[in-house]
Amino acid sequence: MHRNGSFRFELSGTLAVAALMGVAGYAVFFLAPTERTMGEIQRIFYFHVASAWTAFLAFFIVFVANLNYLMRRRPVWDQLAVAAAEVGIAFCTVVLLTGPIWAKPVWGIWWTWDARLTSTFVLWLLYVGYLLLRSLVEDPGRRAVTSAVFGIFAFLDVPIVYMSIRWWRTQHPEPVIAGGEGSGLDPTMWRVLLVCLMAMVALLVLLLRQRFRLEQLRGKLEELRLHIGAKPTPRF
Amino acid sequence: MGIGAATYWILAKELRTELRTRELLHTTVVFVLLVVVLFSFTFEPTREESRRYGPGLLWLALLFAGSLMLQPAFIREQNNDTLSALRLAPIASLAIFLGKALASFVFLTVAELFLLPIFAALYGVAILPVLGEILVVLALGTLGMVTTGTVFAAIGVQARMRELLLPLLLLPLLVPVLIASVSATASLLALEPSMDWTAMKFLIGFDVIYLAASALLFEFLLED
Repeated sequence: MHRNGSFRFELSGTLAVAALMGVAGYAVFFLAPTERTMGEIQRIFYFHVASAWTAFLAFFIVFVANLNYLMRRRPVWDQLAVAAAEVGIAFCTVVLLTGPIWAKPVWGIWWTWDARLTSTFVLWLLYVGYLLLRSLVEDPGRRAVTSAVFGIFAFLDVPIVYMSIRWWRTQHPEPVIAGGEGSGLDPTMWRVLLVCLMAMVALLVLLLRQRFRLEQLRGKLEELRLHIGAKPTPRF
Repeated sequence: MGIGAATYWILAKELRTELRTRELLHTTVVFVLLVVVLFSFTFEPTREESRRYGPGLLWLALLFAGSLMLQPAFIREQNNDTLSALRLAPIASLAIFLGKALASFVFLTVAELFLLPIFAALYGVAILPVLGEILVVLALGTLGMVTTGTVFAAIGVQARMRELLLPLLLLPLLVPVLIASVSATASLLALEPSMDWTAMKFLIGFDVIYLAASALLFEFLLED
Protein backbone atom coordinates (compact mmCIF):
# COMPACT_ATOMS: atom_id res chain seq x y z
CA MET A 1 0.00 0.00 0.00
CA HIS A 2 1.10 3.56 -0.68
CA ARG A 3 0.77 4.55 2.92
CA ASN A 4 2.95 7.58 2.79
CA GLY A 5 1.66 8.95 -0.50
CA SER A 6 -1.93 8.53 0.57
CA PHE A 7 -1.23 10.24 3.89
CA ARG A 8 0.37 13.18 2.11
CA PHE A 9 -2.63 13.37 -0.23
CA GLU A 10 -5.05 13.36 2.70
CA LEU A 11 -3.05 16.01 4.53
CA SER A 12 -2.84 18.36 1.57
CA GLY A 13 -6.54 17.88 0.85
CA THR A 14 -7.44 18.73 4.43
CA LEU A 15 -5.17 21.77 4.42
CA ALA A 16 -6.67 22.95 1.13
CA VAL A 17 -10.19 22.74 2.58
CA ALA A 18 -9.06 24.56 5.72
CA ALA A 19 -7.51 27.30 3.59
CA LEU A 20 -10.68 27.60 1.53
CA MET A 21 -12.67 27.93 4.75
CA GLY A 22 -10.31 30.70 5.84
CA VAL A 23 -10.83 32.52 2.56
CA ALA A 24 -14.59 32.17 2.93
CA GLY A 25 -14.43 33.54 6.47
CA TYR A 26 -12.34 36.49 5.31
CA ALA A 27 -14.75 37.19 2.46
CA VAL A 28 -17.76 37.07 4.78
CA PHE A 29 -16.31 39.44 7.36
CA PHE A 30 -14.25 41.84 5.28
CA LEU A 31 -15.38 41.77 1.64
CA ALA A 32 -19.15 41.41 1.91
CA PRO A 33 -20.97 44.73 2.36
CA THR A 34 -22.92 45.30 5.57
CA GLU A 35 -26.63 44.82 5.03
CA ARG A 36 -28.63 48.01 5.38
CA THR A 37 -31.38 47.04 7.82
CA MET A 38 -30.04 43.97 9.59
CA GLY A 39 -26.46 45.08 10.08
CA GLU A 40 -23.56 42.82 10.98
CA ILE A 41 -25.70 39.87 12.04
CA GLN A 42 -26.73 39.37 8.42
CA ARG A 43 -23.23 37.98 7.73
CA ILE A 44 -24.38 34.69 9.25
CA PHE A 45 -26.50 34.35 6.11
CA TYR A 46 -23.49 33.15 4.08
CA PHE A 47 -22.78 30.19 6.34
CA HIS A 48 -26.46 29.54 6.97
CA VAL A 49 -27.50 29.34 3.32
CA ALA A 50 -24.32 27.58 2.15
CA SER A 51 -24.79 24.91 4.86
CA ALA A 52 -28.43 24.46 3.87
CA TRP A 53 -27.60 23.87 0.21
CA THR A 54 -24.76 21.53 1.18
CA ALA A 55 -27.09 19.55 3.46
CA PHE A 56 -29.58 19.18 0.60
CA LEU A 57 -26.77 18.00 -1.65
CA ALA A 58 -25.76 15.41 0.96
CA PHE A 59 -29.34 14.13 1.30
CA PHE A 60 -29.61 13.93 -2.46
CA ILE A 61 -26.48 11.76 -2.43
CA VAL A 62 -28.19 9.54 0.17
CA PHE A 63 -31.19 9.18 -2.12
CA VAL A 64 -29.09 8.30 -5.19
CA ALA A 65 -27.05 5.82 -3.14
CA ASN A 66 -30.24 4.22 -1.77
CA LEU A 67 -31.65 3.74 -5.26
CA ASN A 68 -28.37 2.32 -6.51
CA TYR A 69 -28.14 -0.08 -3.59
CA LEU A 70 -31.60 -1.50 -4.25
CA MET A 71 -30.82 -1.94 -7.94
CA ARG A 72 -27.22 -3.16 -7.80
CA ARG A 73 -26.79 -4.58 -4.28
CA ARG A 74 -23.17 -3.48 -3.94
CA PRO A 75 -22.22 -2.67 -0.32
CA VAL A 76 -20.40 0.50 -1.43
CA TRP A 77 -23.74 2.19 -2.12
CA ASP A 78 -24.91 1.44 1.39
CA GLN A 79 -21.64 2.73 2.80
CA LEU A 80 -21.93 5.90 0.74
CA ALA A 81 -25.53 6.38 1.88
CA VAL A 82 -24.78 6.21 5.59
CA ALA A 83 -21.72 8.45 5.21
CA ALA A 84 -23.72 11.09 3.31
CA ALA A 85 -26.63 10.86 5.79
CA GLU A 86 -24.39 11.51 8.77
CA VAL A 87 -22.54 14.39 7.16
CA GLY A 88 -25.83 15.80 5.88
CA ILE A 89 -27.27 15.78 9.39
CA ALA A 90 -24.20 17.66 10.60
CA PHE A 91 -24.75 20.39 7.99
CA CYS A 92 -28.48 20.41 8.68
CA THR A 93 -27.74 20.90 12.38
CA VAL A 94 -25.58 23.91 11.50
CA VAL A 95 -28.55 25.34 9.57
CA LEU A 96 -30.93 24.77 12.48
CA LEU A 97 -28.50 26.40 14.93
CA THR A 98 -27.44 29.41 12.85
CA GLY A 99 -31.09 30.10 11.92
CA PRO A 100 -32.27 31.03 15.43
CA ILE A 101 -29.04 32.96 16.11
CA TRP A 102 -29.86 35.08 13.08
CA ALA A 103 -33.60 35.22 13.77
CA LYS A 104 -33.42 36.44 17.37
CA PRO A 105 -31.96 39.90 16.71
CA VAL A 106 -33.75 40.37 13.37
CA TRP A 107 -37.26 38.99 14.00
CA GLY A 108 -37.11 39.23 17.79
CA ILE A 109 -37.85 35.52 18.20
CA TRP A 110 -35.73 32.38 18.13
CA TRP A 111 -38.10 30.33 16.08
CA THR A 112 -41.19 30.70 13.93
CA TRP A 113 -43.18 27.84 12.42
CA ASP A 114 -42.68 28.98 8.86
CA ALA A 115 -42.32 26.72 5.86
CA ARG A 116 -38.58 26.58 5.51
CA LEU A 117 -37.77 26.35 9.21
CA THR A 118 -40.33 23.68 9.87
CA SER A 119 -39.57 21.59 6.81
CA THR A 120 -35.84 21.72 7.59
CA PHE A 121 -36.64 20.51 11.09
CA VAL A 122 -38.79 17.66 9.75
CA LEU A 123 -36.03 16.82 7.27
CA TRP A 124 -33.55 16.61 10.14
CA LEU A 125 -35.93 14.34 12.09
CA LEU A 126 -36.38 12.05 9.08
CA TYR A 127 -32.65 11.51 8.62
CA VAL A 128 -32.06 11.06 12.34
CA GLY A 129 -34.73 8.36 12.02
CA TYR A 130 -32.73 6.89 9.16
CA LEU A 131 -29.62 6.57 11.36
CA LEU A 132 -31.71 5.29 14.26
CA LEU A 133 -33.18 2.58 12.07
CA ARG A 134 -29.70 1.55 10.96
CA SER A 135 -28.51 1.24 14.53
CA LEU A 136 -31.40 -1.08 15.33
CA VAL A 137 -31.04 -3.63 12.51
CA GLU A 138 -28.35 -6.21 13.19
CA ASP A 139 -27.91 -8.06 9.91
CA PRO A 140 -25.87 -5.96 7.42
CA GLY A 141 -27.91 -7.03 4.38
CA ARG A 142 -31.25 -6.28 6.02
CA ARG A 143 -29.92 -3.05 7.45
CA ALA A 144 -28.93 -1.91 3.97
CA VAL A 145 -32.25 -2.86 2.33
CA THR A 146 -34.58 -1.51 5.03
CA SER A 147 -32.70 1.75 5.38
CA ALA A 148 -32.57 2.18 1.60
CA VAL A 149 -36.36 1.85 1.36
CA PHE A 150 -36.83 4.25 4.25
CA GLY A 151 -34.33 6.69 2.74
CA ILE A 152 -36.27 6.80 -0.53
CA PHE A 153 -39.56 7.36 1.33
CA ALA A 154 -37.97 10.12 3.38
CA PHE A 155 -36.51 11.90 0.36
CA LEU A 156 -39.85 11.82 -1.48
CA ASP A 157 -41.41 13.43 1.58
CA VAL A 158 -39.18 16.52 1.61
CA PRO A 159 -40.90 18.52 -1.18
CA ILE A 160 -44.32 17.36 0.04
CA VAL A 161 -43.64 18.59 3.57
CA TYR A 162 -42.38 21.89 2.22
CA MET A 163 -45.45 22.46 0.04
CA SER A 164 -47.89 21.45 2.76
CA ILE A 165 -46.41 23.91 5.22
CA ARG A 166 -46.07 26.64 2.62
CA TRP A 167 -49.71 26.35 1.57
CA TRP A 168 -51.32 26.10 4.97
CA ARG A 169 -49.05 27.66 7.50
CA THR A 170 -47.44 30.60 5.76
CA GLN A 171 -46.17 33.63 7.59
CA HIS A 172 -42.59 33.47 6.39
CA PRO A 173 -40.48 36.12 4.66
CA GLU A 174 -40.51 36.11 0.88
CA PRO A 175 -37.64 34.15 -0.63
CA VAL A 176 -34.80 36.53 -1.40
CA ILE A 177 -32.96 34.31 -3.87
CA ALA A 178 -34.98 33.28 -6.90
CA GLY A 179 -38.02 34.91 -5.32
CA GLY A 180 -40.54 37.13 -7.02
CA GLU A 181 -40.22 40.73 -8.21
CA GLY A 182 -38.17 43.07 -6.06
CA SER A 183 -36.11 40.31 -4.56
CA GLY A 184 -32.45 40.02 -5.31
CA LEU A 185 -29.00 39.92 -3.89
CA ASP A 186 -26.19 42.44 -4.22
CA PRO A 187 -23.56 41.13 -6.72
CA THR A 188 -20.77 41.18 -4.11
CA MET A 189 -22.98 39.29 -1.69
CA TRP A 190 -23.61 36.73 -4.40
CA ARG A 191 -19.88 36.23 -4.96
CA VAL A 192 -19.21 35.84 -1.24
CA LEU A 193 -22.06 33.36 -0.99
CA LEU A 194 -20.58 31.33 -3.86
CA VAL A 195 -17.16 31.26 -2.15
CA CYS A 196 -18.84 30.06 1.04
CA LEU A 197 -20.77 27.45 -0.86
CA MET A 198 -17.56 26.19 -2.49
CA ALA A 199 -15.88 25.96 0.91
CA MET A 200 -18.84 24.06 2.38
CA VAL A 201 -19.06 21.63 -0.52
CA ALA A 202 -15.30 21.04 -0.25
CA LEU A 203 -15.77 20.31 3.44
CA LEU A 204 -18.62 17.96 2.55
CA VAL A 205 -16.38 16.05 0.13
CA LEU A 206 -13.61 15.82 2.71
CA LEU A 207 -15.88 14.57 5.51
CA LEU A 208 -17.76 12.27 3.19
CA ARG A 209 -14.53 10.63 2.02
CA GLN A 210 -13.32 10.03 5.56
CA ARG A 211 -16.67 8.74 6.77
CA PHE A 212 -17.04 6.52 3.70
CA ARG A 213 -13.63 4.94 4.25
CA LEU A 214 -14.39 4.38 7.91
CA GLU A 215 -17.61 2.61 6.92
CA GLN A 216 -15.70 0.45 4.44
CA LEU A 217 -13.22 -0.56 7.14
CA ARG A 218 -16.11 -1.35 9.46
CA GLY A 219 -17.66 -3.52 6.78
CA LYS A 220 -14.40 -5.40 6.32
CA LEU A 221 -14.00 -5.82 10.07
CA GLU A 222 -17.51 -7.18 10.36
CA GLU A 223 -16.84 -9.64 7.55
CA LEU A 224 -13.63 -10.85 9.21
CA ARG A 225 -15.34 -11.24 12.56
CA LEU A 226 -18.15 -13.22 11.03
CA HIS A 227 -15.52 -15.30 9.23
CA ILE A 228 -13.81 -16.35 12.46
CA GLY A 229 -17.18 -16.83 14.14
CA ALA A 230 -17.01 -13.91 16.55
CA LYS A 231 -20.04 -11.88 17.53
CA PRO A 232 -20.70 -8.91 15.25
CA THR A 233 -19.42 -5.58 16.52
CA PRO A 234 -22.07 -3.41 18.15
CA ARG A 235 -22.95 -0.46 15.95
CA PHE A 236 -23.65 3.14 16.73
CA MET B 1 -53.39 -16.66 -8.52
CA GLY B 2 -54.09 -13.16 -9.77
CA ILE B 3 -53.22 -10.15 -7.67
CA GLY B 4 -56.87 -9.38 -6.99
CA ALA B 5 -57.67 -12.84 -5.68
CA ALA B 6 -54.48 -13.05 -3.65
CA THR B 7 -55.16 -9.64 -2.11
CA TYR B 8 -58.65 -10.79 -1.21
CA TRP B 9 -57.37 -13.91 0.53
CA ILE B 10 -54.70 -12.03 2.48
CA LEU B 11 -57.29 -9.46 3.54
CA ALA B 12 -59.72 -12.22 4.54
CA LYS B 13 -57.00 -13.94 6.55
CA GLU B 14 -56.11 -10.69 8.35
CA LEU B 15 -59.73 -9.96 9.21
CA ARG B 16 -60.34 -13.53 10.36
CA THR B 17 -57.30 -13.56 12.68
CA GLU B 18 -58.28 -10.20 14.09
CA LEU B 19 -61.92 -11.13 14.64
CA ARG B 20 -60.88 -14.18 16.65
CA THR B 21 -59.34 -12.05 19.40
CA ARG B 22 -60.21 -8.45 18.44
CA GLU B 23 -57.03 -7.42 20.29
CA LEU B 24 -56.04 -4.70 17.85
CA LEU B 25 -59.52 -3.24 17.54
CA HIS B 26 -60.10 -3.11 21.27
CA THR B 27 -56.75 -1.54 22.11
CA THR B 28 -57.02 1.00 19.30
CA VAL B 29 -60.53 2.11 20.23
CA VAL B 30 -59.64 2.47 23.90
CA PHE B 31 -56.46 4.31 22.98
CA VAL B 32 -58.15 6.94 20.79
CA LEU B 33 -60.83 7.49 23.42
CA LEU B 34 -58.16 7.99 26.02
CA VAL B 35 -56.28 10.51 23.90
CA VAL B 36 -59.45 12.50 23.17
CA VAL B 37 -60.30 12.66 26.87
CA LEU B 38 -56.76 13.56 27.89
CA PHE B 39 -56.66 16.38 25.36
CA SER B 40 -59.66 18.01 26.97
CA PHE B 41 -57.56 18.58 30.10
CA THR B 42 -54.99 20.62 28.18
CA PHE B 43 -57.43 23.39 27.31
CA GLU B 44 -60.94 24.53 28.20
CA PRO B 45 -63.14 22.91 25.58
CA THR B 46 -65.58 25.73 25.02
CA ARG B 47 -67.45 25.85 21.68
CA GLU B 48 -65.06 28.39 20.22
CA GLU B 49 -61.92 26.51 21.28
CA SER B 50 -63.29 23.15 20.23
CA ARG B 51 -63.75 24.49 16.76
CA ARG B 52 -60.16 25.74 16.72
CA TYR B 53 -58.36 22.77 18.26
CA GLY B 54 -60.84 19.94 17.68
CA PRO B 55 -59.74 18.91 14.17
CA GLY B 56 -56.11 18.94 15.21
CA LEU B 57 -56.57 16.73 18.23
CA LEU B 58 -58.85 14.37 16.31
CA TRP B 59 -56.11 13.80 13.76
CA LEU B 60 -53.34 13.59 16.33
CA ALA B 61 -55.30 10.86 18.12
CA LEU B 62 -55.74 8.97 14.85
CA LEU B 63 -52.10 9.42 13.89
CA PHE B 64 -50.87 8.08 17.23
CA ALA B 65 -53.34 5.21 17.06
CA GLY B 66 -52.21 4.35 13.54
CA SER B 67 -48.54 4.43 14.44
CA LEU B 68 -49.21 2.06 17.35
CA MET B 69 -51.57 -0.42 15.71
CA LEU B 70 -49.75 -1.02 12.44
CA GLN B 71 -46.78 -2.85 13.90
CA PRO B 72 -48.57 -5.74 15.70
CA ALA B 73 -49.99 -7.04 12.42
CA PHE B 74 -46.44 -7.88 11.35
CA ILE B 75 -45.13 -8.96 14.73
CA ARG B 76 -47.93 -11.50 14.84
CA GLU B 77 -46.67 -12.96 11.57
CA GLN B 78 -43.16 -13.13 12.86
CA ASN B 79 -44.03 -14.73 16.20
CA ASN B 80 -45.83 -17.57 14.48
CA ASP B 81 -43.27 -17.68 11.69
CA THR B 82 -46.04 -17.25 9.17
CA LEU B 83 -44.12 -14.47 7.44
CA SER B 84 -41.88 -17.12 5.85
CA ALA B 85 -44.99 -18.95 4.68
CA LEU B 86 -46.30 -15.74 3.12
CA ARG B 87 -42.96 -15.19 1.44
CA LEU B 88 -42.97 -18.69 0.01
CA ALA B 89 -46.55 -18.46 -1.23
CA PRO B 90 -46.72 -18.24 -5.03
CA ILE B 91 -48.35 -14.80 -4.99
CA ALA B 92 -47.10 -11.33 -5.88
CA SER B 93 -45.61 -9.39 -2.96
CA LEU B 94 -47.87 -6.53 -4.05
CA ALA B 95 -50.86 -8.66 -2.97
CA ILE B 96 -49.34 -9.13 0.51
CA PHE B 97 -48.84 -5.39 0.79
CA LEU B 98 -52.36 -4.56 -0.46
CA GLY B 99 -54.02 -7.17 1.74
CA LYS B 100 -52.21 -6.00 4.87
CA ALA B 101 -52.75 -2.32 4.12
CA LEU B 102 -56.46 -2.86 3.39
CA ALA B 103 -56.88 -4.78 6.63
CA SER B 104 -55.27 -1.94 8.61
CA PHE B 105 -57.47 0.48 6.69
CA VAL B 106 -60.56 -1.45 7.81
CA PHE B 107 -59.40 -1.56 11.45
CA LEU B 108 -58.59 2.13 11.60
CA THR B 109 -61.86 3.04 9.89
CA VAL B 110 -63.79 1.04 12.46
CA ALA B 111 -61.97 2.89 15.23
CA GLU B 112 -62.74 6.22 13.50
CA LEU B 113 -66.43 5.44 13.12
CA PHE B 114 -66.53 4.64 16.79
CA LEU B 115 -64.62 7.76 17.76
CA LEU B 116 -66.46 10.28 15.59
CA PRO B 117 -69.83 10.48 17.45
CA ILE B 118 -68.09 10.50 20.83
CA PHE B 119 -65.75 13.23 19.67
CA ALA B 120 -68.70 15.26 18.36
CA ALA B 121 -70.57 14.90 21.65
CA LEU B 122 -67.62 15.62 23.93
CA TYR B 123 -66.42 18.66 22.04
CA GLY B 124 -69.79 19.96 20.91
CA VAL B 125 -69.10 20.06 17.17
CA ALA B 126 -71.86 19.45 14.65
CA ILE B 127 -70.67 16.57 12.51
CA LEU B 128 -73.94 15.28 11.04
CA PRO B 129 -74.47 18.04 8.41
CA VAL B 130 -71.05 17.34 6.87
CA LEU B 131 -70.79 13.63 7.67
CA GLY B 132 -70.24 12.49 4.08
CA GLU B 133 -67.44 14.98 3.47
CA ILE B 134 -65.78 14.16 6.79
CA LEU B 135 -65.80 10.47 5.93
CA VAL B 136 -64.08 11.21 2.62
CA VAL B 137 -61.37 13.24 4.39
CA LEU B 138 -60.96 10.47 6.97
CA ALA B 139 -60.67 7.85 4.24
CA LEU B 140 -58.02 9.82 2.31
CA GLY B 141 -55.96 10.56 5.41
CA THR B 142 -56.23 6.99 6.66
CA LEU B 143 -55.17 5.65 3.27
CA GLY B 144 -51.98 7.72 3.45
CA MET B 145 -51.36 6.47 6.98
CA VAL B 146 -51.80 2.76 6.26
CA THR B 147 -49.85 2.87 2.98
CA THR B 148 -46.68 4.27 4.50
CA GLY B 149 -47.35 2.55 7.82
CA THR B 150 -47.55 -0.93 6.31
CA VAL B 151 -44.22 -0.46 4.55
CA PHE B 152 -42.62 0.88 7.72
CA ALA B 153 -44.08 -1.97 9.76
CA ALA B 154 -42.39 -4.37 7.35
CA ILE B 155 -39.17 -2.43 8.00
CA GLY B 156 -39.71 -2.29 11.74
CA VAL B 157 -40.30 -6.00 12.10
CA GLN B 158 -36.67 -6.56 11.10
CA ALA B 159 -35.31 -4.22 13.77
CA ARG B 160 -34.89 -4.22 17.51
CA MET B 161 -37.18 -2.01 19.64
CA ARG B 162 -39.69 -2.18 16.80
CA GLU B 163 -42.72 -0.97 18.79
CA LEU B 164 -40.86 2.25 19.55
CA LEU B 165 -39.27 2.57 16.16
CA LEU B 166 -42.41 2.72 14.01
CA PRO B 167 -43.80 6.00 15.44
CA LEU B 168 -40.36 7.60 15.18
CA LEU B 169 -40.11 6.75 11.49
CA LEU B 170 -43.75 7.24 10.58
CA LEU B 171 -44.79 10.43 12.35
CA PRO B 172 -42.36 12.85 10.68
CA LEU B 173 -43.21 11.35 7.30
CA LEU B 174 -46.92 11.93 7.93
CA VAL B 175 -46.55 15.65 8.72
CA PRO B 176 -48.08 16.61 5.34
CA VAL B 177 -51.05 14.26 5.88
CA LEU B 178 -51.62 15.76 9.30
CA ILE B 179 -51.52 19.32 8.00
CA ALA B 180 -53.79 18.71 5.02
CA SER B 181 -56.31 16.56 6.91
CA VAL B 182 -56.55 19.02 9.77
CA SER B 183 -57.10 21.87 7.34
CA ALA B 184 -59.82 19.98 5.47
CA THR B 185 -61.54 18.91 8.70
CA ALA B 186 -61.31 22.41 10.15
CA SER B 187 -63.00 24.02 7.16
CA LEU B 188 -65.76 21.40 7.32
CA LEU B 189 -66.38 22.06 11.03
CA ALA B 190 -66.23 25.85 10.68
CA LEU B 191 -69.29 28.01 11.28
CA GLU B 192 -69.82 28.14 7.53
CA PRO B 193 -68.72 24.69 6.38
CA SER B 194 -66.74 24.55 3.17
CA MET B 195 -64.67 21.99 1.33
CA ASP B 196 -60.93 22.62 1.25
CA TRP B 197 -60.29 21.31 -2.26
CA THR B 198 -56.58 22.09 -2.16
CA ALA B 199 -56.26 19.82 0.87
CA MET B 200 -58.28 17.08 -0.80
CA LYS B 201 -56.16 17.17 -3.94
CA PHE B 202 -53.05 17.26 -1.79
CA LEU B 203 -54.14 14.17 0.16
CA ILE B 204 -54.95 12.33 -3.06
CA GLY B 205 -51.51 13.29 -4.39
CA PHE B 206 -49.81 12.02 -1.24
CA ASP B 207 -51.75 8.75 -1.38
CA VAL B 208 -50.95 8.17 -5.05
CA ILE B 209 -47.23 8.95 -4.66
CA TYR B 210 -46.78 6.64 -1.68
CA LEU B 211 -49.00 3.89 -3.05
CA ALA B 212 -46.79 3.84 -6.15
CA ALA B 213 -43.57 3.94 -4.11
CA SER B 214 -44.83 1.17 -1.81
CA ALA B 215 -45.90 -1.00 -4.73
CA LEU B 216 -42.41 -0.65 -6.20
CA LEU B 217 -40.38 -1.07 -3.01
CA PHE B 218 -42.37 -3.45 -0.79
CA GLU B 219 -41.00 -6.60 -2.37
CA PHE B 220 -37.46 -5.70 -1.29
CA LEU B 221 -38.56 -5.88 2.33
CA LEU B 222 -39.85 -9.45 2.05
CA GLU B 223 -36.57 -10.93 0.82
CA ASP B 224 -34.85 -13.32 3.11
